[in-house]
Amino acid sequence: MELLGNIGLGLGVALTLVNLVYCFIGVLVGTLVGVLPGLGPLATMAMLLPLTFNLTPVTALIMLAGIYYGAQYGGSTTAILVNLPGESSSVVTCLDGYQMARQGRAGPALAVAALASFFAGTFATLVIAAFAPPLAEVALNFGPAAYFSLMVLGLVSAVVLAAGSLLKAFCMILLGILLGLIGTDVNSGMARFTFNISALTDGIGFVIVAMGVFGFTEVILNLEVKGKREIFAKKVKNLWLTKSEFKAAAPAVLRGTLLGSMLGILPGGGALLSSFAAYTLEKRISKNQAQFGKGAIEGVAAPEAANNAGAQTSFIPLLTLGIPSNPVMALMIGAMMIHNIQPGPQIVINQPQLFWGMIASMWIGNLMLVIFNLPLIGMWVRLLSVPYRLLFPSILLFCGIGIYSLSYNTFDIHIAALFGLLGYIFVKLECEPAPLMLGFILGPMLEEYLRRALLLSRGDPLTFFTNPISAGMLIASAILLVIVILPAVRKKREDVFAE
Amino acid sequence: MIKILSFKDFFAGLMFVAFGGTAVWLAQVYPFGSAGRMGPAYFPTLVGGLLTILGAIVSLRGLAVPGQKPGSFHCKPLILVLAGVVLFGFALERLGLMIAIFTLVVFSSLGGTEFRIRGVLILAAVLALGSFLVFIYGLGLQIPTWPFSF
Repeated sequence: MELLGNIGLGLGVALTLVNLVYCFIGVLVGTLVGVLPGLGPLATMAMLLPLTFNLTPVTALIMLAGIYYGAQYGGSTTAILVNLPGESSSVVTCLDGYQMARQGRAGPALAVAALASFFAGTFATLVIAAFAPPLAEVALNFGPAAYFSLMVLGLVSAVVLAAGSLLKAFCMILLGILLGLIGTDVNSGMARFTFNISALTDGIGFVIVAMGVFGFTEVILNLEVKGKREIFAKKVKNLWLTKSEFKAAAPAVLRGTLLGSMLGILPGGGALLSSFAAYTLEKRISKNQAQFGKGAIEGVAAPEAANNAGAQTSFIPLLTLGIPSNPVMALMIGAMMIHNIQPGPQIVINQPQLFWGMIASMWIGNLMLVIFNLPLIGMWVRLLSVPYRLLFPSILLFCGIGIYSLSYNTFDIHIAALFGLLGYIFVKLECEPAPLMLGFILGPMLEEYLRRALLLSRGDPLTFFTNPISAGMLIASAILLVIVILPAVRKKREDVFAE
Repeated sequence: MIKILSFKDFFAGLMFVAFGGTAVWLAQVYPFGSAGRMGPAYFPTLVGGLLTILGAIVSLRGLAVPGQKPGSFHCKPLILVLAGVVLFGFALERLGLMIAIFTLVVFSSLGGTEFRIRGVLILAAVLALGSFLVFIYGLGLQIPTWPFSF
């Protein structure tokens, strides 16, 4: 019954006019971003961060969260209609969704995507409400050694679940940690790696790196490929499902939701991984395997449910442990810090208004998406015809203004440009930037907890193994690594990402 | 004669070695401390050292295991887009937002696949007006707008 009371408290916060309005703006902008390819939720949230400075913390976080899950909705719309994934997490939706559209079944495909997302969003919201508070209680008892090992586990699983070479992903994490150390060392007050540049004494902002690597680099890469877009189904009609379609989709939605909710909690998980895993699972257990890739409705329903569920539950490690599971969550930490909120288990306990308000707003946001999105599809499709040559200078400009407004220093813009160049080199050398971002945000925390743990143990590294929680996590990390290095699993992992 | 079999791995590894090595080298001017009382150099040396070692392995693997050729570098969008951003940064406080916007839009558009001067100028004008209304008038951000306004 405590749960109901808490949800009531949350609804009270989320249903105020201001929060409703910003929630709406968030999901609307999110959908827009999801529809437009070449502009991810991370760069958008970073660009819009300055708009949230004047808001109360809860309103700011509600809007930013709305952008994230709104983008999952929008991404599927373009995947189905144009065979162009607006978001990386809707890549698999293209496979069957676009085929359905070609067969004149764009309406049912869009409807099932929206309904699956809504169902998954609702379920995932309940998962957060049920599991986050007890987890936070547990996390309150974590000492520095346990926290350090927890972060190691998080980083290891982020590497294991990411696509591409393991070794390079590890290197990217380490590089990210090093970049995160730039600035004043909190313990000694000594400026490290600042090259006597005064603007670097506070370190490089996460947002600045994110804009460079995800904003500028994306634009440059998009300009390299000349793609043409063919918009399908100019008129989308019949936005409803037949009975047989509903029957086929419902169990797939259920499986996708469960799988996505679980994978979202894992560090390194989130929307992208969930959608891939759900599609693979669905294809394996389906009775009509031959239909997959040719317009199977299960092939749209399961990944759409999974990516939305995963996007939502990835808030759990953020809200209970203060540890981001993916770069978007790392940006949420950045946003919290701007508003002087220390991410971690204290949020659930000391700021129930913030915590429950955010959770309730997620459900309301999902409801808004399902109500507004289907009627607005015509508008989204028209937006797709905006040529990229008008779009990319605008993206660059908003990134530039966003960066400048963080601390009114043009030096930050040049740093971001440098990271744009670095990001380009990373992509060309097949090094994933996501682990770099995780390392960047976790680096200073890792150092701090390592220092504290070893201070308490007087320099004895065995403390990480004598503390049961810490030992458990390190063992889990080791097991994960061993499993992934085994040749059989490695092959399978490559297969999953190849699909 | 050593042949590079995977350019991507070989150069990625070199990059990691360079970053890790530089970090370790730069950290040596700070006090190192001990495990129980870490100085500012302790953690960076640890991480940088690990990165150097792993980077070297990645590089050596590039010599042993065949891989794909490096993706082609397209210099035009890379240089012009970044030049646009960098010039935007230089122009912003000296010449104001309005001129900075025109600089950014013109330079970055030169990096695009097609460039029509009229369309580009119209886009810049629209963006300048929109930014003025939203960021300066609406949100009240303290961004210098016109030349010599400071």
